[in-house]
Amino acid sequence: MTATIGRYLILASVMVSTIGAMVSFAAGRKNSPEGVRWAQRFAYAFAALMFLATATMEYALLKHDFSVGYVAQVGSLSTPTWVTIVSLWSSLEGSILFWGFVLGLYIAGATWLTRNDHPDYMPYAIGTWLACGAFFSFLLAAPANPFATVVNPPLDGPGPNALLQNHVLMIIHPPFLYLGYVGMTIPFGFACAALMRGKLGQSFLRPLRAALLLPWCFLTIAIMLGGWWAYEVLGWGGYWAWDPVENASLLPWLTATAALHSAIVLERRGVLKGWTVTLVQASFLLTILGTFMTRSGVFNSVHSFTQSAIGPTILAFLAVILLGSVALLALRMDSLEAEGKIDSAASREGMFLVNNLIFVLLTFTVLIGTVFPLIVEAVRGKQMSVGRPYFDSMVVPAGTALLFLLGVGPALPWGRASRQQMLKALLPPLITGGVLFAIGWAMGVTNVWTLVTLLFGGYAAHVTLVEMFLPFVQRLRRGEGFGSALVNGQLRRGRRRFGSYIVHAGMVIVLIAIAVSSTMRTSREVKLHKGESVTIAGYAFLFGGTEERAEPNRQATIAHFTVTKNGKPVTTMEPRMNQYVAMREPIGTPAVYSTITGDLYVSIMNIDSDSIGILVLTEPMVGWIWIAVIMMGIGGLVALIPSRKVVILSAAKDPLTEAEGLATT
Amino acid sequence: MAGAFAVAIVAFIVIAAGGINKNLVYYWTPTDLLSAGDKAYGATIRLGGMVASGSVKRPTGVSGLEFDVKDAGKIVHVKSNGVPPQMFRENIGVVVEGTMTRGGYFQCNRLMVSHSNEYRAPKAGHRMDKKELEKLMRTTEGLKD
Repeated sequence: MTATIGRYLILASVMVSTIGAMVSFAAGRKNSPEGVRWAQRFAYAFAALMFLATATMEYALLKHDFSVGYVAQVGSLSTPTWVTIVSLWSSLEGSILFWGFVLGLYIAGATWLTRNDHPDYMPYAIGTWLACGAFFSFLLAAPANPFATVVNPPLDGPGPNALLQNHVLMIIHPPFLYLGYVGMTIPFGFACAALMRGKLGQSFLRPLRAALLLPWCFLTIAIMLGGWWAYEVLGWGGYWAWDPVENASLLPWLTATAALHSAIVLERRGVLKGWTVTLVQASFLLTILGTFMTRSGVFNSVHSFTQSAIGPTILAFLAVILLGSVALLALRMDSLEAEGKIDSAASREGMFLVNNLIFVLLTFTVLIGTVFPLIVEAVRGKQMSVGRPYFDSMVVPAGTALLFLLGVGPALPWGRASRQQMLKALLPPLITGGVLFAIGWAMGVTNVWTLVTLLFGGYAAHVTLVEMFLPFVQRLRRGEGFGSALVNGQLRRGRRRFGSYIVHAGMVIVLIAIAVSSTMRTSREVKLHKGESVTIAGYAFLFGGTEERAEPNRQATIAHFTVTKNGKPVTTMEPRMNQYVAMREPIGTPAVYSTITGDLYVSIMNIDSDSIGILVLTEPMVGWIWIAVIMMGIGGLVALIPSRKVVILSAAKDPLTEAEGLATT
Repeated sequence: MAGAFAVAIVAFIVIAAGGINKNLVYYWTPTDLLSAGDKAYGATIRLGGMVASGSVKRPTGVSGLEFDVKDAGKIVHVKSNGVPPQMFRENIGVVVEGTMTRGGYFQCNRLMVSHSNEYRAPKAGHRMDKKELEKLMRTTEGLKD
């Protein structure tokens, strides 16, 4: 019964989204207000159907209704309720349904927020969104049907993938990733609308940018959560391995970040219209490519739960939107005329261009390294992979160059600047850079890249803080009170600027933390008997034996370690091996002890009757990455909240207006 | 400015192509490895096969390990310094990543044991099929620096 209801909801959403897309495009062509209203109604109807279908599935999961195909596949009477709820995205069909749910939310939200604006663009945008909705509805209707009826329902199911049950981060990582991935559909729709309409003016740029920034925030956090999860669960002590699944999440982030920056140049100078639209489209294409790579089983990694015939369908969709986007660009790019030009390379806008160049090169680097093995296998039938050193050797210099830009870019003024102005802007931050470099040197950093990162990082941190609080400082100088200057300069007027520099500050910390944690870590693999200890970087780890513990869904073997430094107790650590009923072998869970300066990390590799094989690491600064990325996400949200409208005076000589100019429009 | 961008892009392509070429990891069986001749030396290889029965030696060193990896016909001797994963034992499918040495043995930097996350009851004397081996050769699980 439940299966049938769900099935009909999906079929209805196929109809609604398909017809809705056609109605929307027709409304755009005819420029009919009544048509626009119908497009909006179809958008809301699609969202409602997706919501109901997802609610139906959750109901079936919670009721353990094993007559529903997906429940029989991932449900289990023995799993805790929270695992049952999140089972929705634990396997292929359910995660596509979740995708549809999120897509519905985004489409309905974006439609509602723009319900009275841009009647000339919106039908095209809604049409594009609903066309994407039609594709995902079709996936759910045919190749990835979660509502298949099970004729002879089993009494109990196997439960979701044990890796999911093993850590809470695996529960929150997918929703963030989906909010990031699926959200890219919205700016894609706006970009296509601009091309179909043949116009991209200032007023339409604002919703485009906002629509890009929101999923960007989620994607930023999602990438970090994936790395954090790998760190906390996989037990090799790292957080990033250039695994295809990780790369899939990074690729759209790179192009979306580039687009956010080129949109600023577009806003300021009226150039880079076609380029910005291309980057937005590329971001969406890369999310679909990422979905293909992770969901079709072309790469088999820890993240691929299953293989299915869904791959070719997504690949076909990818081909269609790629060809469609290229055709639209080819036909309509010329209509997006530049309204200005860039005067000088050594300027803020010049640095934006270099930023875009590096982000695009990074995208290609990661894309080539990820896809190359697939191409070789398809063409020559040989199996291989691209080793980690390729990615490291390419990405480290590019990342360092980006860090350099993070400092120099915001320090340079817009337009042409005199020599004095440039020196005045560029020299002082060298002091902070030098200080950080010296601190690193004194702490024993010898790696050249890490030292350069500290130098550039200090420089960028200096510039970022100065720029971040510029409106506040200017208001103070004008005699405003401290509190009023702070609230008006940072929060009421300059929110977009303030938020952007919070993101920059987070990025500076992330890059420094990555450089330090990856070059300053110490690790040892060792075999210990009960009562023996190992000392690493001054910390002594005493092995106090193991303990067996029975838990509802698993059997755990827990090892006890007492950590001391110079004889003083630091902490106790309990890495464990969890044996799940449905799995052939145990999953290790490392123990992580985090402090402000770094982590201690113990991972069990094997347990014999009388001894234990462990991997012990000290990882400086690793926790900073998680915190700084959360800071980036929050900064992005701060920048997203619209500021009060302020009329920009054409004579922007007033430094206050100049500084806050970004925050206005 | 456009010229500078063009130079940067060309330079990038050259560097990327060189970088990929140097860092390819080949997926080979013992038969592939032994028939590759001189090409086997120096390259990073993921060698997949079964751990031969009776071949596992754990020398007195803290964490040293030696064993043979075999496929249908050929055998390659492997030396590893790490602590093996929990599931490591004789007659189980493994993938070892490392390089072939002139000394006639394979120096292993990473040792991965065949397993899948699918829900199958453990089978006695489980033998790894080709598909599972291919899958393992691509997985990063068990990966360590």
